Amino acid sequence: MYNILVGGAAGQGIDTTVANLEVLLKKAGYYVFTIKDFMSRVRGGHNFSLIRFGNEIITSHSNELDGMIALDDDTVELHKQNLKQDGFILCDTKLTTTDPKAIKLNMGGMAKELGNVRVSGSIAIGVILKLFGIATDHVEETMKNLVKEAYLDMNVKAVRLGYESVETRFSITPGNFSDWMIISGSKSLALGAIAAGIKFYSAYPMSPSTAIMEYLASKSVEADFVVEQAEDEIAAINMAIGASYAGARAMTGTSGGGFCLKVEALGLSGIAEIPLVAVNVQRPGPATGLPTRTEQSDLKFVISAAQGEFPRMVIALRNHKDAFYQTIRAFDITEKYQIPVIILSDQYLGDSTATVEPFDISNIKIANPSNDEYKEGEYLRYQLTENGISPRLIPGKSRNFVSVDSDEHDERGFITESADVRNQMMDKRMKKLELLREELLEPEFFGEENCETLFLGWGSTYGPIAEAVSILNEDEPGKYGALSFGDVYPLPTKLLMEKASKAKQIVNIEQNATGQLKDLIREQTGILCTGSILKYDGRQISGEEIVEKIRKGGQK
Amino acid sequence: MCEFKTYETAWCPGCGNFSILQCLKTALEELKKDPYEVLMVGGIGQAAKTPQYISANSFCGLHGRSLPAAVAAKIANEKLTVIVDTGDGDSYGEGGNHFIHNIRRNVGITHFVHDNQIYGLTKGQASPTTSEGQITGVQVTGSVNTPLNPVLMAIAAGAGFVARAFSGDTKHLTEIMKQAITYPGYAIVDILQPCVTFNKVNTYAYYKSRVYHLEEDYDSSNKLEAMERAMEFDDRIPIGVLYQEQKQTFHQKNIVLAGREPLVERQRDSTVIKQLMNEFV
Repeated sequence: MYNILVGGAAGQGIDTTVANLEVLLKKAGYYVFTIKDFMSRVRGGHNFSLIRFGNEIITSHSNELDGMIALDDDTVELHKQNLKQDGFILCDTKLTTTDPKAIKLNMGGMAKELGNVRVSGSIAIGVILKLFGIATDHVEETMKNLVKEAYLDMNVKAVRLGYESVETRFSITPGNFSDWMIISGSKSLALGAIAAGIKFYSAYPMSPSTAIMEYLASKSVEADFVVEQAEDEIAAINMAIGASYAGARAMTGTSGGGFCLKVEALGLSGIAEIPLVAVNVQRPGPATGLPTRTEQSDLKFVISAAQGEFPRMVIALRNHKDAFYQTIRAFDITEKYQIPVIILSDQYLGDSTATVEPFDISNIKIANPSNDEYKEGEYLRYQLTENGISPRLIPGKSRNFVSVDSDEHDERGFITESADVRNQMMDKRMKKLELLREELLEPEFFGEENCETLFLGWGSTYGPIAEAVSILNEDEPGKYGALSFGDVYPLPTKLLMEKASKAKQIVNIEQNATGQLKDLIREQTGILCTGSILKYDGRQISGEEIVEKIRKGGQK
Repeated sequence: MCEFKTYETAWCPGCGNFSILQCLKTALEELKKDPYEVLMVGGIGQAAKTPQYISANSFCGLHGRSLPAAVAAKIANEKLTVIVDTGDGDSYGEGGNHFIHNIRRNVGITHFVHDNQIYGLTKGQASPTTSEGQITGVQVTGSVNTPLNPVLMAIAAGAGFVARAFSGDTKHLTEIMKQAITYPGYAIVDILQPCVTFNKVNTYAYYKSRVYHLEEDYDSSNKLEAMERAMEFDDRIPIGVLYQEQKQTFHQKNIVLAGREPLVERQRDSTVIKQLMNEFV
């Protein structure tokens, strides 16, 4: 597989070049995995993307570069030490670098001659295709979907011009991925919500969660649902709860700080038993933290967010496929149990793009918000039942009143201060967890069945850990295995107990400073980790970094 | 004939909330509303308990957050008659931001604010509408903050229906309520209401000697005139519909909602998701 960096200042067109290049590579049959590393500014600064491609599935980024497209001098200076021996620097003649690895082309001038200086990105794409010996058969057809019709011809010519400007240096046979999708984690999550029949999404713009709102808003007319940009995070979640109460399947999304504001209403969803899917695309904190970067430090926060006790579920997304299917599952579980379901994503997963098999939508079954016409007697919104789940009606759909309350309430939904009723209602709500436990998904295991060293991770470290396990097992066969958690709360413990009892070392790998999963596991099972690899500089750990740290002794 | 029952309340004897609840029931009955199509929404506070005391659907949420929940319920199901009944603390204090922005949204809900110019449930602290200089258990040397003028603010922010009423003038209040409920967009009625326990300044006698009905020839479509009248809040306090204009509602402006069946009645179209997926292939 190969790895290319595209870097420059914000506003220089990195995103467009990357988006076009990754689609062309995928159309040519390659598996493509791209991450974005950018600063919290609109113009200037230093941003880059890493495009990794090959003929087999790739789950992690890599910092070792086969080449780079440098749009400014900073990019060359900051990244040339990561270039491999035969690596290249593709740049315009206007750059000052005299590095022997540089391929300097007058791309700006060529683009101007073609009619628009902005097509220099397409020239660079042509150069890349040629350097790696990739055929240009799909260029015209693919570009049709990527650029405006008026600019199509110019861009196709630019790709060909770039293609003719260099000689092939690398060789790689394509894979069979041309019919797969290439999609970001946030868009995949949003697609899952649409597949689940979302009717209402409310949010306040906040990086890196805004991508979900943007995608949903762009499809709301086509897919028939309402997206409302709320005045603040508090309004956003209370709106989602109001819409859900009225019978519209609803979701709200934000990032760490926004989730802090939503906490009281999360408890409202819990005590009022109103279905709600709440997404937290994590970024480093506290407060404003590093707005455009990545971290996994909200696990302990979201499992205990809001005062008091109530049942909830927390699902951490591990990859782009999870983002789709687990979002659908979140809607299913919130509807079924009438509890809030929190989805934890992060900037790394949300903004990265990966090649995934088209999603299977043939088996999506989510119970409808009740359409029942309640027939006799008084309807009790909070009826005490065996399993803790009360029949839910939608206001206005039947001749029954649907009364919900944030205060402790009786079966009708009216305020009470009775000690007995309080006990009954607490027991009723908490009972739902017993049923929920039965359908928890065990963590995914990969590596050697009887591994000596067991890695534990959750969420988006899935891919880097998977890559690390496979590299390490090549060197030391049979030694390494890993459990990656998706369902994190309640915590499924069966497979964990089994694997942990056999392993000699247990190492938790997390994107936070304290080892939050490690603590949760100790609390729930008494299992202790013997080592930790923790990263919290705002950049995601790669498979190669994990390998390096293990070889240095397994500690951070 | 529809009938809205009243349940037992937790209000103090003599509280202005009683007559507001009675007027609301009369207004709904006279408008021939079916209790099952009415959704009463409250936040937290004594006034916010109103939804619990009337036989209709009810949503009692969080302090200050009644508006976002109410507007979203209406967005989801336009067939519901959504009424927010809650206090001045809930509406103008903790919920101030939502008050401003839901005026801009203009979702067709009715907002009755029981404005007793004091925090009742928490035993008598200053509210956003408490008069300057008024002494309370917390504002021990008198409130130093300028009281908010909710009706002036609503007119300035672009609300299409702004009224002031008095809980002691029930016939007038009922009429105003009926007009507000039938108004197609967001309608706000600030209802002056004595708190007999904690507000010894703004009593029945205080309001009775000051309120007067807007004249029959008062032009409620004149915004500048409305703002002038809204500022009258001293020896004389006008009650009635201060300002009214026809504006496009959220449902009329939102392309997904406009002219269609309520969102909650629409079925999911599974072919759309296939098309959307294809855009990524």
